Amino acid sequence: MKKIKEFLIEKIIFISGSLSIVFVVLIFIFLIKEGILFFKYVQFKDFIVGKNWYPISSPAQFGMLPLILGSLLVTLGAMIISIPLGVACALYIAEVVNPKLKDLLKTGVELLAAIPSVVIGFIGMVTLVPLVKNIFHLPTGLTALSGSIMLAFMAMPTIVSIAEDAITVVPRRYKEAALALGATHWQALYRVILVAAAPGIFAAIMLGIGRVIGETMAVMMITGNAAVIPHSFLQPVRTLTATIAAEMGESIRGSNHYYALFAVGIILFIITFIINFIADVFLHRIKK
Amino acid sequence: MSLIRAEKLNLYYGNFHALINVNLSIEEKRITAIIGPSGCGKSTLLRTFNRMNDLIETVHIDGSIIINNENIFSKTTDIDSLRRKVGMVFQRPNPFPLSVYENIAFGLKIHKIAKTRNELEHTVEQGLKSVLLWDQLKDKLKTSALNLTLEQAQRLCIARLIAVKPEILLMDEPCSALDPIATMHIEELMLELKKNYTIVIVTHNMQQAARVSDDTGFMLLGKLIEFNKAEKIFTNPDKKETEDYITGRYG
Ligand SMILES: Nc1ncnc2c1ncn2[C@@H]1O[C@H](COP(=O)(O)OP(=O)(O)OP(=O)(O)O)[C@@H](O)[C@H]1O
Ligand SMILES: [Mg+2]
Repeated sequence: MKKIKEFLIEKIIFISGSLSIVFVVLIFIFLIKEGILFFKYVQFKDFIVGKNWYPISSPAQFGMLPLILGSLLVTLGAMIISIPLGVACALYIAEVVNPKLKDLLKTGVELLAAIPSVVIGFIGMVTLVPLVKNIFHLPTGLTALSGSIMLAFMAMPTIVSIAEDAITVVPRRYKEAALALGATHWQALYRVILVAAAPGIFAAIMLGIGRVIGETMAVMMITGNAAVIPHSFLQPVRTLTATIAAEMGESIRGSNHYYALFAVGIILFIITFIINFIADVFLHRIKK
Repeated sequence: MSLIRAEKLNLYYGNFHALINVNLSIEEKRITAIIGPSGCGKSTLLRTFNRMNDLIETVHIDGSIIINNENIFSKTTDIDSLRRKVGMVFQRPNPFPLSVYENIAFGLKIHKIAKTRNELEHTVEQGLKSVLLWDQLKDKLKTSALNLTLEQAQRLCIARLIAVKPEILLMDEPCSALDPIATMHIEELMLELKKNYTIVIVTHNMQQAARVSDDTGFMLLGKLIEFNKAEKIFTNPDKKETEDYITGRYG
């Protein structure tokens, strides 16, 4: 009896574990299956570097370059803001602040991660968007910049908490050695501790980027969604994710437009997969 | 003239009285060994000389330590330049997780000792030569210092320290992680370094203290029981506790 129970429990755990992998594979197969049909109609190269995304005009044009550039621009902006802030915040929490405040700050960062993205989008819409509009005297505040700023908030918790872990596990003896040579606290931090923690910090940044590229709701609400090739941060842009979310509902099942959205999904999947993979490689390197 | 002078030094970890009324005076360009059983406060005493105990929040210190006629506990003391002048080698070799070259360049950069690239390279080479590592490592300057043997790592730590031109070298059981041959090499190096530096070494190993030191202090339970010429301590100590210890009656 006991044996059977053990056996069942073991199997159940095994199946639950395997299921997650099965689901990933199934999702990927489904994406490929639906998306691949699209390339019968449009060449892969034209799809990637085509400058016009007019899915419902006739003839329809499916050039996703504006969407790729839109995603990249918003992500780049978010990274420019969140990497220095996030790493500085992680350093502060790991190395400077006293233990009491440390717990408070860590809880704060975790709470920031718990805010639903639609709420972040909403707050951005009513506060940040008008602000950007007024500061830069723009016709609209729905711009790549607004998206970048809000997304930076969403990347920060990931970057801060993982980078903080990476800094905390740097052995204390490195810092002692640096101080014993007459280094100031700051010199010890940036010449030794940051260097020792670099792989972990890099992984943290990669996971932050992954979060930003995949984010949909907030960007859809505040980037303006104009599918044009962006020339500056002060222009409305449209991202890969927002395109899928906005157009999937109105595309006709089985149409070229429908398949095109799946093809966009494949590209997005590949990008996030690569980013997460790189992050993973670096995280494993630290564990060794 | 003594280089380091401790006067009525008392140190507490919270309520625990770890150094009790220590008075001693350490001479220039000599090797001074501090011996005593485990937990008697040797490391604690050593770490007061470069104020490394400041890193521990519960520590409270009374009395004074005078180095070069200056009380290092005075409010005007610049701790970073004190630590540059009074360098430390740790029990467990602790090279930075950087390349061999960068390990030595670290101190040169933070103290702006070498300004041009040429100067930097030259000084790194000098540093490695002074600890007899140059021939072994001149082709491995770019490799990580974490790949060195323990002896090489400890030598590198000494080289890194010497590169910033300290006056005093504090060594806290610098050989305890090393095998007997490596230990012998480091001891030879210490005798060589004595020409230019004042060395204070903490050691468990009485033979080592007898071999290298000119002066020896014996500590027990936070007190400096006896401090004298090494010869005297090891052949004819004044105090009974010292005699018991060196004849092996304590742990
Ligand atoms: N950070 C600390 N907080 C509280 N007590 C401490 C601390 N560091 C050391 N002590 C105590 O102070 C006493 C002296 O410690 P110290 O490390 O100086 O001894 P030691 O002579 O160097 O011993 P060992 O030979 O084992 O290295 C010990 O009883 C130790 O438990
Ligand atoms: Mg000790």
